[in-house]
Order: sequence, then C-alpha cells, then structure tokens
Amino acid sequence: MKEEIYPSMSLANPHPPFVDWVQKLGVGIALVGLGLMLVSLFNLAQTPSFFWISLGCMTAGTLLFAWRQYAGTHPGIKNNGVWFSGMTTRGLIAWIAGIFLTLFYVLLYWYPETLGFRSEGESTGLVAFFNPLSMALKNQPATQWFVYGTLYTLAIVLFGVKFLFKYRHNRYHILRTISVIFFQLVIAFLLPEFLERLNQPSMDLKNMWPLNYYFFFDWNLDRLIQGGNLGIFMLVWGIALILVISPALTYFYGKRWYCSWVCGCGGLAETAGDPYRHLSDKSLKAWKIERWLVHGVLVFAVVMTGMVLYTYFTGSSQVLFLNSYSVRGWYGFLIGAAFSGVVGVGFYPLMGNRVWCRFGCPMAAILGLQQKFFSRFRITTNGGQCISCGNCSTYCEMGIDVRAYAQKGQNIVRASCVGCGICAAVCPRGVLRLENGKIDIDQRTTDKRAVHIPYDEVGLMG
Amino acid sequence: MHIAIIGNGISGITAARYIRKLSGHKITVISRETDFFFSRTALMYIYMGHMRFKDTKPYEDHFWEKNDINLIRGSVASIDFDSNTLHFEQDFICNDSVLSKAPSHLQYDRLILALGSSPNKFGWPGQDLQRVHGLYTMQDLMQMEKLSKDLERAVIVGGGLIGIEMAEMFHSRKIPVTMLVRESSFWDMVLPAEESAMVNQQIRIQDIDLRLDTELEEIVGNDQGQAVRVKTNHGDSIDCQYVGLTAGVHPNVQWLKDSPLDIDRGILVNEYLQTNLNGVYAIGDCAQLHAPDPGRKNIEAVWYTGRMMGETAAYTICGVPTEYHPGIWFNSAKFFDIEYQVYGNVPVDISDDHDSLFWQDDDRERSIRIVYSTDDQVVIGFNLMGVRFRQEVCEKWIRDHTPIAEVMRDLVLANFDPEFSPYYHRKLQEVYEQKTGKVIEPQLKPRRFDSVFKFLKKEV
Ligand SMILES: Cc1cc2nc3c(=O)[nH]c(=O)nc-3n(C[C@H](O)[C@H](O)[C@H](O)COP(=O)(O)OP(=O)(O)OC[C@H]3O[C@@H](n4cnc5c(N)ncnc54)[C@H](O)[C@@H]3O)c2cc1C
Ligand code: SF4
Ligand code: SF4
Repeated sequence: MKEEIYPSMSLANPHPPFVDWVQKLGVGIALVGLGLMLVSLFNLAQTPSFFWISLGCMTAGTLLFAWRQYAGTHPGIKNNGVWFSGMTTRGLIAWIAGIFLTLFYVLLYWYPETLGFRSEGESTGLVAFFNPLSMALKNQPATQWFVYGTLYTLAIVLFGVKFLFKYRHNRYHILRTISVIFFQLVIAFLLPEFLERLNQPSMDLKNMWPLNYYFFFDWNLDRLIQGGNLGIFMLVWGIALILVISPALTYFYGKRWYCSWVCGCGGLAETAGDPYRHLSDKSLKAWKIERWLVHGVLVFAVVMTGMVLYTYFTGSSQVLFLNSYSVRGWYGFLIGAAFSGVVGVGFYPLMGNRVWCRFGCPMAAILGLQQKFFSRFRITTNGGQCISCGNCSTYCEMGIDVRAYAQKGQNIVRASCVGCGICAAVCPRGVLRLENGKIDIDQRTTDKRAVHIPYDEVGLMG
Repeated sequence: MHIAIIGNGISGITAARYIRKLSGHKITVISRETDFFFSRTALMYIYMGHMRFKDTKPYEDHFWEKNDINLIRGSVASIDFDSNTLHFEQDFICNDSVLSKAPSHLQYDRLILALGSSPNKFGWPGQDLQRVHGLYTMQDLMQMEKLSKDLERAVIVGGGLIGIEMAEMFHSRKIPVTMLVRESSFWDMVLPAEESAMVNQQIRIQDIDLRLDTELEEIVGNDQGQAVRVKTNHGDSIDCQYVGLTAGVHPNVQWLKDSPLDIDRGILVNEYLQTNLNGVYAIGDCAQLHAPDPGRKNIEAVWYTGRMMGETAAYTICGVPTEYHPGIWFNSAKFFDIEYQVYGNVPVDISDDHDSLFWQDDDRERSIRIVYSTDDQVVIGFNLMGVRFRQEVCEKWIRDHTPIAEVMRDLVLANFDPEFSPYYHRKLQEVYEQKTGKVIEPQLKPRRFDSVFKFLKKEV
C-alpha cells in the first residue's frame, strides 16, 4: 500500500528561525577549527600554535552553539523543529556531513597515508598536526589512531556538555552523561596514553570482548602475558569482565549499565549522535533484520574468536577448511572497521545514531539476550495514562516501538533497549519509568490491564 | 455479521481491533478525516516538528489489511436506521486518500457511532470569518500550518487544554500569542487555586500575553472576509491574522438531531453503550451516559475513556455483555514544561468535608496535593504538577479507602519520577508532620520496585 501523502508540515513554513546569528557564529568558529585540520592535511599551517587554536576553536564554537540554544530557555524537552531542519532530517547538509564522516573513516582505516601517517620515518599532514598533544601526553609522536582517539573524545566531551544543557532538568540524564564522558576521557583515552608513556602495556579497561574483538588475538595475549604484573592483571580483568562483572551488572541493571553509561560507542551515540536518534527505523521489518543481523555478527565473533584461540593453543592456523588468520582478517575488515566505523558513525546523519549498536554490536547482542531472559531491568508503564502520541517511539534510538507496549499498559522488556531513558523523558504524560525489580522477574512482560473492566478475563489485553 | 463503525479515532479503532480479536465478523471503519488511525493528541507535536504525521499513527499501514479490517474514506451524510443503511456524501472530495473510493451506500448489521467532537462556538460575531479555526482535526492543523506563514500575532480564545497546546504550538515557532481567558485564573474550574496560578505563571514565563477575566466580544474582518482583529469585553482591540477558538468541544452529533436516535448533548447510551435503537452503539466523545458511575461525568471527552468504551462495546457485540465502568477518575496533561496528573477526586474548593495536604517548590514549578475527607481521614484524590505518581498505587489507595496517615507513611510507593530524581514526596511528608505534629517513620526502602509490586498484589 502506498504511503499516505500529507504535505510535510515544513512546506508552508520552511525556515522557522530556530538558529540565530550567535549560533551561526558558533558553527562558524567550530568550522574554522575544523578548517585548520583540513589545511594541515596539505602540510599548511603546521605549527603547534595552529593546532591549539584549532582545538580551541572547535571547543569554543560548539559550546557557544550549545549555550545559545539552551541557556535562557525553560528546562524541559527541546525537540522543537527537529523534523524541520535539513541537518536532522536527511537534508542536503546531513548528506554532506554523512559523506564527510564516512570518507574520514575510509581514509583512517584503509588509507592512513593520506592523513599523513608514515610507518617509517616522521609522519606529516594531519597526523603530525596532533604531535603537540601526543608529545605532551605520552612523549611519542602521534599516529592516526591518536588523531582518531582525540577527536572521538573531544566529540563526546563537547557534545556531552551540549546534552547536559539540553537535559538539565533530568538527573538520570545528567548522571549517565557525566559517566560516559568520564569513561571515554579518563579510562579510554588518558589512562592508556599515560601507561604508554610509562612503557607499560596499555588497555582500555572498559572495552570488553566481543566488542573488543582482538582481546584474544595472539599478539594481544602475548603482549599482556609478557607485560609483567600489570599485563597479567589486564588479562584477568578482561576475562572477569566477560564472565563475572558484566553478567552481574546486567542482571541487576540491564544492559544500560554498559551501553548508556560506560561504552565508548554508546557514549558517542548518546552525545554527538543525539540529534539523530529519531532517524532509527521503527518498522517491524527493521526489527526482523535487526535480530538476524546482530545475532549473526555475534555468531561470527564467537566462531572467529574460537578459531583464533584454537590456533593460539595448537599452532595450527587451519581449522577445518578455513584459515583462522583470514577469518580474523575478514572480521576486522567487515565488522571492526566497515560496520562499526564507516556505517556505525559515518551514517549517523542518515540512519540514526545507534545503527552499529542495534544491528551490529556483538556485545549488545550478548547483553541483550541476558537482559531479555535474566535481568531485573524493565520499563514499566503508568496504568492507562498513555495517549498513544508516539513521542517515545519516535525518539527511541533503538527503533523500539515503545508506544505499542505503553498503550497496552505492558512492560517493555526488549533485548535491544539500551536504557537511555529518553522515551521516559520525552513522554508528555509521565507514562514510562525504568526500573529494576527482582520478585516478578519471570513475569516482566505479562500484560497489565489497560482497561478497567470488572472481571479479569475480560480486562486483560492480549 | 457486518459491523460498521463510523469514526476511526481511538474509540472506533479500539472497538474494531477487539471485535477482530474476538470474532470473524466483517468490520468496516469509516472516516472522512484521514485514511488511517492517527493520534489526535499528537497534533501539536506535528506542528512543533517533534514528529511527522506518520509517527503519530500507532499502527503501520499494512496492519489493517492484515487484520481484515476494511477502511473507507468518506463522509456519512445520513443513516437510514430502518433499513440499516449508511448513505455517503456524494460530493465529498479528498485528494490525499490511497483507499478505494467510498460507495454510495453501505448496509450494516450492527452500527457503532464513534463520531468524536467539534469545537464550541458561542455565536460570537465574526466566528465564521476566514482565519478563524478550532483545533480538532488534521484539516484544522493544515489550516493552522498554512496561516502560520507571515503570521504576526495569533489570538486564542478559551483557556482549556487545547488552548494552552495551541499557545505552545505558536510559541514553538516564535509567533506572538494573546490568550483570552474568561476565568480569573487558568482552568480554575478544574484546578485548585494554587495549581491554577502555577499554570498562569508558566504561560507568562514564555512571554505569552495571557489576559484573564477577558471575553471575546467580536472578531473583525477585512474586505476579503478574513479576520484581522478581535475586540474584548474590556474594549481592547488586538490585531491578529489568526483566531483560535478553543473554548471546549461538544459531541459531533448535530447532523443526527433529526434521526430517531435519542440525543441530548451527546448520543444517549446505557451501561452497555447501547443507544435507544437496536444494534446501534455509541462510544467515545460523542456518547452521553444515562447514568454515569459516581464520581464520573456523563460525557468525558478524553482519550482513555474512548479506548475503554471501544473495548467494552466490542465485548458486548461479540456476545460477552459487558458494562462500562471506567473506575476511578484519572487524567493527565502538560502545561508547557509542567506535567500534570490527577487521580481520583480533587475538588476546586477544598470544602469543609475535605482537607488537603499541599506542597509546592519555591519556583512554583512542582507541587503535590493529596485530598482526604475530614471525618474519616480517608484519601480521595491526588493532584500532581511536575511530579509523576504511579496510577495503580494511587488508585489502590483510593479504592481501599486508605487513611491519610498510611498513605503518608508509604508515599514512596507512588513515586514514578525518573531514577535519581529528588525525593519530592519527602517534602509532602514534612508538610504532614508539621500539620499534625506526628513523625513519619517510613517502613519501606525508597523506590524499590519490589515493594511497589508487593503492595499492588496485596489483598485488603
Ligand atoms: C488537540 C487535541 C489534544 C488532545 N489531547 C488530549 C490529551 O492529551 N489527553 C486526552 O485524554 N485527550 C485529549 N484530547 C481529546 C481526545 O483526543 C479525544 O477525546 C479523542 O480523540 C476522542 O476519540 P473518538 O474516537 O471519540 O473521536 P475522534 O477521534 O474525534 O474520531 C471521530 C472520527 O469520526 C469521523 N467522523 C465523524 N462523523 C463522521 C461522518 N458523518 N462520516 C465520516 N466520518 C465521520 C471524524 O472525522 C473523526 O475522524 C485531545 C483532543 C485534541 C483535539
Ligand atoms: S526503549 Fe527507551 S530506554 Fe530503551 S533504548 Fe528506547 S528510548 Fe532508550
Ligand atoms: S508512552 Fe508517553 S510518549 Fe509514548 S505514546 Fe504513550 S503518552 Fe506518548
């Protein structure tokens, strides 16, 4: 059946003045910072002062923009005009941003020389541009991964601050945003850099297998085993995370403890990706694809890791008819780079901010299975208050049709829910609440009555 | 059996869904407004850019075909109740339909009238000029959108829930708004004085020109018949290019007044939602109960009553005669950024028979009020502004005639605010302690869902 046609609401009034000149100034300043980085690709303006100016401009511009957008407004939900702006509705500018981001990832993963990386000798271009910070942190020249890590962290911090402005009326969002900023800045970025400075084995302590798919690769295991006490600790920690810590936390709080409070991919999605959360596909079809794809990737990750470990312990690289090195190479290319990076982040402006988390992340798949069958977490609904408006479903970044449950008065227990809590925040009738409760764990999804009809068998909605 | 349903709003659609769930009857749903069911309550969010029209549809378009529910886009002009025939308006034009063309007439075995409401007009001079609109249908919204271009000021007449939504809509586009409200404080026929004052403040914080104690005298038009100005009963003139009439709604039954149906303000129905005519039911906004339950009104134009009526009628039609008992009154709304919830009976004037505990924060952005009867100290109602309470818990307290002392002790059970929110219920407990000199000794751990669950399962 054809999509019913209604002229877009934005046609008659295409340019409501949502962005004023101060905000444009903010964007301009941030673009100057970005421009300096682009210029450095061609080895122009390659000095430490330009580097610091560049970072400074990006910071100042973004913060100015955020301040202007939210300061002076009354605390509350700030979704006015989301569907009118080309930037947030796959308009031209969103495509440009998407292509720019995608291109960056392609160069980063497969053509780092274009960014100035040299495996021998001194790097140039953008990579060398970051030397001042790299030297300051770890006393070594920058690599393309350092550039990436810095920009990634900067994005989480700056857009995290913007998010804090936006949701300043809601402590759940304040705390989890501070948490993802902390884990990215300190645990994922600063700590490993300092460890490298001290010539110690470095590791992002929160990055867990199978998201960290190379944890069981031979070079990583060897590196940790040979890395003295700290290396052994990291090995034990990494395994304890998988087997004990993560299952326990997921049992108590659901997968949100990781996906919305700790994880770096989740962190970027919740901060820089927040303006795109409504672009997730809510159709039943998307849900079907999601289940096949995400569990498929999980199987791929497990099989790949099994083969790698087999090779590690037996020394034989041939497992049945497959070569474990080429399988692992394919995993790194397809899942590690193409899916999580290029599609996962590059397509934010086009497909929403959690494409990777929803369709591709094997970690999310494991935590999701546990959340669905063995966790206290659920979203409860407030009796019959739902007015079926659809705000919750629209702003669910995981494409969950929250309304379908809420309007029946049913709890929401879905494997994919990352517990961001945005559905509960945008609901204009206070219908949703994230909870952890143990007694009724096996009845978390049973229907509650939505209709007050005297006898039970009639009152339940099936 | 062929069941025809006029109206594809929440009540008609709920009826259709339940009939399908319970039976294999042939179902036809008719509407002149849109092809597919959408959520009228979300009209404002479309205009404000929070959602597209598409996002307000609770079911995907393929749902109806899959569930064998026939949809017709057309306008029923008259009903022949003797021959069970609907006659469609022949010159009904709509160019946005993807459904097949409406027939000239349609035969039914059972008929459900789910006609909804229309905005009130009180005979103001100029009320039929161009640029004067209510906000009820999708078409109203399209008009509003069209007129928003180059709009310098909008005047909204009437201080109800739709009026404040309309104000918020224009405000989101930075269009100046004047609100004319007859009462001396916003919605003070429903809200107690303190809560009503909070809403006044909320409206004014947003720089909206709120004029209380003010009535519309006349809408003045130009040569082209377009509204250009309104005059108030205080003699003021306000230039504007849009006038929103939001002084309440009435059942959309004018066109049936000459039919054999029993009609008062709405279509009169008994507790089975049956009209005076055999096999004809009325549900939702257009239905008027002969004998509503105590504490409930005979016409309740709200979303959930439409849903409940739809389900109730479906059971009766499918052979499980079911009475309509909506239970304890509740409702919710949002005044700009302040959410409002009510459970049970909260009178505007807390009279001699009743007393209330009331807490309000310093900014007057949040409040909790609990009303109880003075003689037996039993809780009868909850009014929340900027704070969320759990419906099932409040309802159980009211239903079980719980004494105020017990409610105050266990108040944490009702908490429905997001995790980590401040303990507002503590504030009300302090008010109670001050008022009574008693000290509350909480027996429950704060905010444990398990305690809530146990409480709800507990029989009294
Ligand atoms: C802007 C707005 C905001 C609201 N917000 C809230 C809220 O927050 N909470 C709440 O509880 N309630 C709210 N309401 C009220 C709520 O939406 C209504 O109570 C509810 O939609 C009524 O549903 P219904 O099924 O009875 O009728 P409707 O939804 O009005 O459906 C009736 C349908 O029947 C069609 N129809 C009528 N006559 C004919 C005919 N002769 N031929 C063909 N078709 C016909 C109409 O076109 C219409 O589509 C709001 C209403 C509005 C307008
Ligand atoms: S269901 Fe709610 S909490 Fe879960 S992912 Fe969606 S928006 Fe976030
Ligand atoms: S749960 Fe809230 S946001 Fe979702 S449809 Fe219901 S009222 Fe709207």
